[in-house]
Amino acid sequence: MPLVFAIFMPIVVALVIPFLFKKISSIHTGWFVLIVPVILVCFYATYIPSIMGGTTHMDVLPWIPSLGISFVSYIDGLSLLFSLLITGIGALVVLYSIFYLDKKKEKLGNFYVYLLIFMSAMLGVVQSDNLISLYFFWELTSISSFLLIGYWYTRDRSRFGALKSMMITVFGGLMMLGGFLILGIIGDTFSIRELIAQAPTLAGRDLFVLALVLVLLGAFTKSAQFPFYIWLPDAMEAPTPVSAYLHSATMVKAGLYLVARFTPIFAFSEVWVWLVTGVGILTLFWGSFFAIKQTDLKAILAFSTVSQLGLIMSLLGIGSVAYHVTGDLVTTFTFATFAAIFHLINHATFKGSLFMIAGIVDHETGTRDIRKLGGLMSLMPISFTIALIGSLSMAGVPPFNGFLSKEMFLDAVLNLQHFDLSAMESWGILFPIVAWIASVFTFVYSLYFVLHTFRGKHKPEQLPKAAHEAPIGMLISPGILATLVVVIFFVPNFVGRTFIKPAVAAIQPLAYQVPADVGFTIKAWHGFHSTALYMTLGIFLVGFILFKTIPKWSPVYEKLPSKFTLNNMYEGLTRLTEGGANRFSSIYMTGSIRSYFVYMFTAIIVLLGGTMWLKDAFTISLDNLAPIRFFEILISIILIVSTVTILVTKSRLTAIIALGAVGYTVALFYILFKAPDLALTQLVIETVSVALFLGAFYHLPKMNTHEKGIEDRGFRLGNFLIALGVGVMVTLIAISSHSQKLIPSISQYYKDTVYTEAGGKNIVNVILVDYRGFDTLFEISVLTIASLGIIGMITLRLAKKKGDRKVENK
Amino acid sequence: MKTNDLIIQTTTKVVFFIIFLFSIHIFFAGHYAPGGGFVGGLLMSSAIILLLLAFDLKTVKEMLPVNYTVVTAIGLLTSLATAAGSIFFNVPFFTHVYSDFNLPLLGVTSIHTAMFFDTGVYLVVVGVTMTIIQMIGGDE
Repeated sequence: MPLVFAIFMPIVVALVIPFLFKKISSIHTGWFVLIVPVILVCFYATYIPSIMGGTTHMDVLPWIPSLGISFVSYIDGLSLLFSLLITGIGALVVLYSIFYLDKKKEKLGNFYVYLLIFMSAMLGVVQSDNLISLYFFWELTSISSFLLIGYWYTRDRSRFGALKSMMITVFGGLMMLGGFLILGIIGDTFSIRELIAQAPTLAGRDLFVLALVLVLLGAFTKSAQFPFYIWLPDAMEAPTPVSAYLHSATMVKAGLYLVARFTPIFAFSEVWVWLVTGVGILTLFWGSFFAIKQTDLKAILAFSTVSQLGLIMSLLGIGSVAYHVTGDLVTTFTFATFAAIFHLINHATFKGSLFMIAGIVDHETGTRDIRKLGGLMSLMPISFTIALIGSLSMAGVPPFNGFLSKEMFLDAVLNLQHFDLSAMESWGILFPIVAWIASVFTFVYSLYFVLHTFRGKHKPEQLPKAAHEAPIGMLISPGILATLVVVIFFVPNFVGRTFIKPAVAAIQPLAYQVPADVGFTIKAWHGFHSTALYMTLGIFLVGFILFKTIPKWSPVYEKLPSKFTLNNMYEGLTRLTEGGANRFSSIYMTGSIRSYFVYMFTAIIVLLGGTMWLKDAFTISLDNLAPIRFFEILISIILIVSTVTILVTKSRLTAIIALGAVGYTVALFYILFKAPDLALTQLVIETVSVALFLGAFYHLPKMNTHEKGIEDRGFRLGNFLIALGVGVMVTLIAISSHSQKLIPSISQYYKDTVYTEAGGKNIVNVILVDYRGFDTLFEISVLTIASLGIIGMITLRLAKKKGDRKVENK
Repeated sequence: MKTNDLIIQTTTKVVFFIIFLFSIHIFFAGHYAPGGGFVGGLLMSSAIILLLLAFDLKTVKEMLPVNYTVVTAIGLLTSLATAAGSIFFNVPFFTHVYSDFNLPLLGVTSIHTAMFFDTGVYLVVVGVTMTIIQMIGGDE
């Protein structure tokens, strides 16, 4: 049990955060929140030794067992690595946010609640073994990140960015759900492990490729792959701790996690290899190329994240080639998976620290515009050091961890030439070339980011604040991450043994039984015969030249037609749907209750009448009829007379009383046919509604003046036909339902079980509170919502009137 | 405008309590005879409406200083909590239990979790009806 509860722990703590924020305002709420990730990271760390030994842990909390849906926490190398990243980086981010967010000015209660929900959701995503609960947590990350990105909800850009990210990721999530359902149906299970076990047979099934593409759509939208990356730069409107957390370490990596997790299922298909590798390489290039165009520090980082995610994605794709080869080649390609996981860890460390530095620069100078910044090196020496370490690691320069994984990436891309899949001879050569060009641009934007901010001329007159070094508390978290960047370079094989090998074993179960079988070691120096080394040297050389000449070639970005950018397409699409929906709804939402009744009744006639006609349901049977008693005739006459009175009367008061008479006579019918419960309810309802009518009567406009000129009181053929149709329909249904005896009546079942099962004697009430308790629960919820709606309508109108008066007074 | 409401006001003072007690009776009787939370709640509201008709909104508000939105919320929470409470006993949502208890003064009484659920329904119905009536009646 504890594993599943660990997932929910942040959400549970989130319940008390608003109270802590309100009651204990002298202490920054973040300190309380910090306890959660620290406890969790220690908790997950205790699993490291057993995971290294190759054991896995599982824990189940049933949710809807009858449908095979439950919360299954499954810990293997891959999910443990992600859990540690989520909680570890989470702890650092919370620590950083304590100094970043002002406890007096900011709504910390909201912020930390969203953050904790997000943490739970991410843990749920990476630990779920059940597809449906995985989807549940997946969408929870979308929703909580929507709240986090829109945290400064008074800013237009924040709301826009939040909405955009949610639109795109939820779109992908829904596609993914479709894929999951297909998988669940063809594999007859929602358990990922069971699906992996039958993966080779699944690959031949009809809808397999469709499921694959749908699941990939989910992964690509979440991981900001081309062409869905457009939400990531806009998501930078979030507070910097959020950017550092969501967009470097966790949420965007959920897509990578998904690809890694499903590799054992989908990698048997060539489509998977091509899509993952191709989209990854394309994103890598696209992101790195456009990063240099950006002027906002966080936007540069956003594009660099896009490109780095593409890099890891393509490595995962190359790794899945291992499923299509035999012999020594298997290890050649699983090497890519190893590199992917290594780079994923490295990216979390250096990008996290860079985001935090961008936040510090913003916090201490008041701007993130790189054109206004410069020369901060002497003013902010510690920040500069951290930024330099992070950037050089990102650029792939030794002695930082990014160098190691970048070398491995180049090796892996070069390895693709050993693989003779269809079309690989002609297209395969493109991969190393594109990868090399993208790496050059990566080198350029890394230098651009750090040197344009910290070197060059200081321009204090352009900065909103006088720049100075950040408080020490803010530097702790990026400092720790930057230290890790250096430490990992010197002890890469420790990281490899502890974290990477178990994860690789989980992604490549065919090649490796236990983590110890993964035989890779990370070397900083490969010797002079390595092609990757020369490629790296080329990157440094060309990159440096390009960096020095940015002003010369940057006009190339202006040459691109701005009309055809993806952002424009997204905006066009949203405008189109919004406008279309508006136009469509203005056609039928006339604001007149008369029209709505027309739609409703017409729909009833068409749907019910059509069904009855198609199914040949109308029958008349005269058996088993009771005699008609005197009272029934009498009541029927009263009913008819009062109904006709409503139609013909000119006075509203008469109409209300006649309507009441209809209700009471119906209640009398209930009594005659021995339904005391219904009669009671009907009587009280009639009383209350007539009283309500009378209460509102005084305020209603006079009937005649109200409708003067509309000529609604006259005879209308359309209305007449609809009324007649509904009447005939209801009568026909009543007669047919009496005559049709296809299904035995259910009432006997209730009579038999109502006391033994539910301990009650009144069938109606037992059905209401027990057999159909859900109905009642939702009904009272609907009632509540309706009453809230009425409050809203009336108080809003009152406020408006008052507002109008105020304007008049002025 | 001053109206002479003496008869209805005097009657209401007595009848209100009769209807009120009847609504409680009907609510408790619900599981074995006609009645239940829905009808009970409606009856309760009609009793209050009678007060409203005999006196006026302001007087009734002073007599019964109740925020009906809160009543609705409490009712909904009661129902939801009853339904959700079963989770803690590791049985599916909405599992009801009942048993007979020998209570002091009342003797052997059957207590049913469905009754708690019904209490919620009762409160929601009272809350919603009175909210609507007050909003519409109070809207000038």
